[in-house]
Amino acid sequence: MAVDALLSAGQSLAAACDDVREATDTDAVDGVHPRFSARPGSTAEAAGVLRAAAEHELAVVTRGAGTKLTWGTPPERADLVLDLTRMDAVLDHAAGDLVAVAQAGCPIESLQRTLASAGQRLAIDETLPGTTLGGGIATNSSGPRRMLNGTFRDLMIGTTVVRADGVIAKSGGRVVKNVAGYDLGKLMTGSFGTLGVVVEAVFRLHPLPADVSVLVAQARDTGEVAAMVRAVLHSEIVATAIEVDWAVTGGGEIGVLLEGTVDGVAARTTTARALLAGAGAPDIQVADQPPAWWGRYPTGTLLKLTCALSAVDHLLREAARLGVSVRGSAGSGVLYGGLPADADVPDTVTALRGVCVAAGGSLVVLDAPTAVKSTVDTWGPVAALELMRAVKQQFDPHRRLSPGRFVGGI
Amino acid sequence: MSGTHGTTKTAGPAVGLNPTEQPEVAGSSGGGPQIEAVRRRVRELLPAAAVITDHARLRTYECDGLAHYRVTPALVVLADSADHIAAVVRICAEEKVPFVARGSGTGLSGGALPRADGVLVVTSRMRDIREVAPLDQRAVVEPGVINLDVTRAADPYGYYYAPDPSSQQICSIGGNVAENSGGAHCLKYGFTANHVTGVEFVTPDGSVVELGGRAPDSPGYDLLGTVIGSEGTLGIATAVTVRLTRKPEDVVTVLAGFPSTDDAGAATSAIIGAGVLPAAIEMMDALAIEAAEAAVHCDYPDGAGAVLVIELDGPAVEVRQEFDEVERLCRDNGAFEFRVAKDDTERALIWRGRKSAFAAVGRISPDYIVQDGVIPRTSLPAVLRAISEMSASSGVRVANVFHAGDGNLHPLVLFDESKAGQAEAAEEISGKILDLCIEAGGSITGEHGVGMDKSAYMPRMFSEDDLDTMQMVRCAFDPDNIANPGKIFPTPRLCGEVPGRHKGEHPLARAGIAEIF
Ligand SMILES: Cc1cc2nc3c(=O)[nH]c(=O)nc-3n(C[C@H](O)[C@H](O)[C@H](O)COP(=O)(O)OP(=O)(O)OC[C@H]3O[C@@H](n4cnc5c(N)ncnc54)[C@H](O)[C@@H]3O)c2cc1C
Repeated sequence: MAVDALLSAGQSLAAACDDVREATDTDAVDGVHPRFSARPGSTAEAAGVLRAAAEHELAVVTRGAGTKLTWGTPPERADLVLDLTRMDAVLDHAAGDLVAVAQAGCPIESLQRTLASAGQRLAIDETLPGTTLGGGIATNSSGPRRMLNGTFRDLMIGTTVVRADGVIAKSGGRVVKNVAGYDLGKLMTGSFGTLGVVVEAVFRLHPLPADVSVLVAQARDTGEVAAMVRAVLHSEIVATAIEVDWAVTGGGEIGVLLEGTVDGVAARTTTARALLAGAGAPDIQVADQPPAWWGRYPTGTLLKLTCALSAVDHLLREAARLGVSVRGSAGSGVLYGGLPADADVPDTVTALRGVCVAAGGSLVVLDAPTAVKSTVDTWGPVAALELMRAVKQQFDPHRRLSPGRFVGGI
Repeated sequence: MSGTHGTTKTAGPAVGLNPTEQPEVAGSSGGGPQIEAVRRRVRELLPAAAVITDHARLRTYECDGLAHYRVTPALVVLADSADHIAAVVRICAEEKVPFVARGSGTGLSGGALPRADGVLVVTSRMRDIREVAPLDQRAVVEPGVINLDVTRAADPYGYYYAPDPSSQQICSIGGNVAENSGGAHCLKYGFTANHVTGVEFVTPDGSVVELGGRAPDSPGYDLLGTVIGSEGTLGIATAVTVRLTRKPEDVVTVLAGFPSTDDAGAATSAIIGAGVLPAAIEMMDALAIEAAEAAVHCDYPDGAGAVLVIELDGPAVEVRQEFDEVERLCRDNGAFEFRVAKDDTERALIWRGRKSAFAAVGRISPDYIVQDGVIPRTSLPAVLRAISEMSASSGVRVANVFHAGDGNLHPLVLFDESKAGQAEAAEEISGKILDLCIEAGGSITGEHGVGMDKSAYMPRMFSEDDLDTMQMVRCAFDPDNIANPGKIFPTPRLCGEVPGRHKGEHPLARAGIAEIF
């Protein structure tokens, strides 16, 4: 950018928002260094910043807590980091309606604290400490509870977005049941900041359970995993989550989370124990807290693996054979693989992707060192890509929102 | 819905619930050169039995469940396969002729209202359940498959399909996908959008795409979530992969009688406030009870100003705990009767009153409007009171039957078409009820959709920018505006005038839009 253009862009940004500064090294997005950082304090300010960015043709990367900025492919360019951490308020908690409204920069954890004081929660797990609502929405991140409660796409009932051109647009509303108009919230969920900036969201809440128990069983081979998962999943005990933690050595643990009333959880724990034992579990522990690995991503190059439910054991077996450790929701077919630093990533990804795709799912390389990323196909085959490009063209025709971070170079 | 109340159960066109004869909505004669070309090309392509051009037969498709809008389509195609649908849509795209999808025609917002200058693509012949895969908790079905048939197919494996609109004996899965339909049990289990993991979809240019699939979280934009609830305006679903839900261990159904809707509303709030999430909480007021009694003799408690039908389901021990809580809260809030279904027959009787209520209102009024609006649950007592005041001051009777747990009102506004002025008065009250919903922070539709009926109300709920942004999606899918045009949005967006056409001009959208409109 020419110096005078830069100056003028900086002035416009500063006129729109009272917290604009030159970016520093810590603002780099997956190795790409932006010029400016803007930290708006309100939706109106965020809209002003985006209007200024449009006027000066700045590429914009939105950032919450920054826990997943290296997910996906690195942006082609980034002139401005739009930092949402000042927009961190819980705007409303209508406990009687089981609904909460919060700004996108609000950490999931801090929303949960507010809700817990009224015995409620947003039934979404925080998978990386500090994750903001906006960051979770943009990456569609989810943890163990997705099995029973779904993900952001299922629990977000209203969304306010600032478009690339700075226009503020809402969809949905404050009531759980609502079919008026298109559901833009779902379109935004998992869009990695490439369609618009989510600034505010309304969520459907759930009551906090009175009691919780976690059963953990060892499994010696994937046949045992399949038997145990099936036994619990196809029973009537309505587990909140069924997780697996599987090592490359071909062994691991199954965890079952039960939530409900005190008597209910006690009785269901007894049933679950019998089901697991009946499926061959040699040793079952019951605790009121999940094990340390629960809901944490495996280390190393991070893969998201999905498959049909009946293929989870097959996926675990193939992953172990290929040197990939796996952790995640065996009860919903959404798992995460970890590859050690010395692995042959491209070949492994290709082979394991084949397994996932054949099982009705997909493999995405979520996070990896930059050097590794440049050697792999991050997203893999994507159906309906042309339609996605058409949507992008409508929302961000100049490709200024996180360009290149998403599928097919979107 | 009970089959004894006059709504057709067959694949053919639905009989309107409230067939107030009105003149056809204005439209072209159906004889333009483009539609002529489409007619010829479709006839060449498809077997004769799949194409209807005879005027009398075309007329049987002139409306959906909202029978006061009527338009005779220029052409009806009874599709047998996704290939048929893709081919017909491609022809429509090439000739720039509008098309409208239709499932069972039970929609209550005129969503499947045909175009006089267009093709109606009917899916009622596509009724194969292609696969039931209990180990994957999925079924793959064709779009014309009846909602309840999915549950029937899954039942032997201990599974069911959770979204259960009252019309589940006749409505199609394709229609459910288009309307994001809910049912009494969506309080706990969610809507169609939460239970469909994939669709095969014909876009308005006639291409076939897979959105979502058997596994969750397909990479890329969530176009699946975007097309669910889009009311046929983004294309046609030609196969649907649904999630199957394990049948609960125990189900307890309760009928509680209260002196007034205020008491029943307070009980509802108390139950939800106590952290109990029933599978369903449905409310009927005195007038709705009267109608249901007249129609199906459901034996609801005498003298009740309101009843709640509450269903609890899940693991038996949990249900027992919740039941005790619910009974206590109902009695604390004035329930004078608390009846528990002893078996499936009694459960069916309790539900029969509720499920037949729409049709039953026909017993106490020659004509009626079924309204569908949503309010935050906590506003229930205030809004119900406002409706009853409006009813008293205008003399228009309103019966209330609704999903109390999630604040989804279905006021039935009664009138007699043959009496001068009554239809207009009913329309007015019906519209004012939507205003009440909007003022309370709710929605103009919880499940019946916007369709033809409520597009004019959209600007009351959404700003011009909101609607414009939604229509950007529309433009991405359907730049020529041929997929079910005229539904949902009060004004079409001209897709040519998108930001980006004039590179460098800013801010584009606002200026562009201002010129367009
Ligand atoms: C007595 C009664 C009770 C009802 N109760 C409920 C209820 O409890 N909950 C509820 O949500 N609804 C309810 N409804 C409304 C209606 O049954 C639902 O909207 C249903 O989903 C419509 O299905 P259908 O097959 O009849 O669709 P149609 O009426 O044929 O079409 C509805 C819309 O879907 C589109 N469409 C149809 N098939 C496809 C396809 N394959 N691809 C794309 N678009 C398509 C049409 O263009 C139209 O816009 C009720 C209706 C009646 C008559």
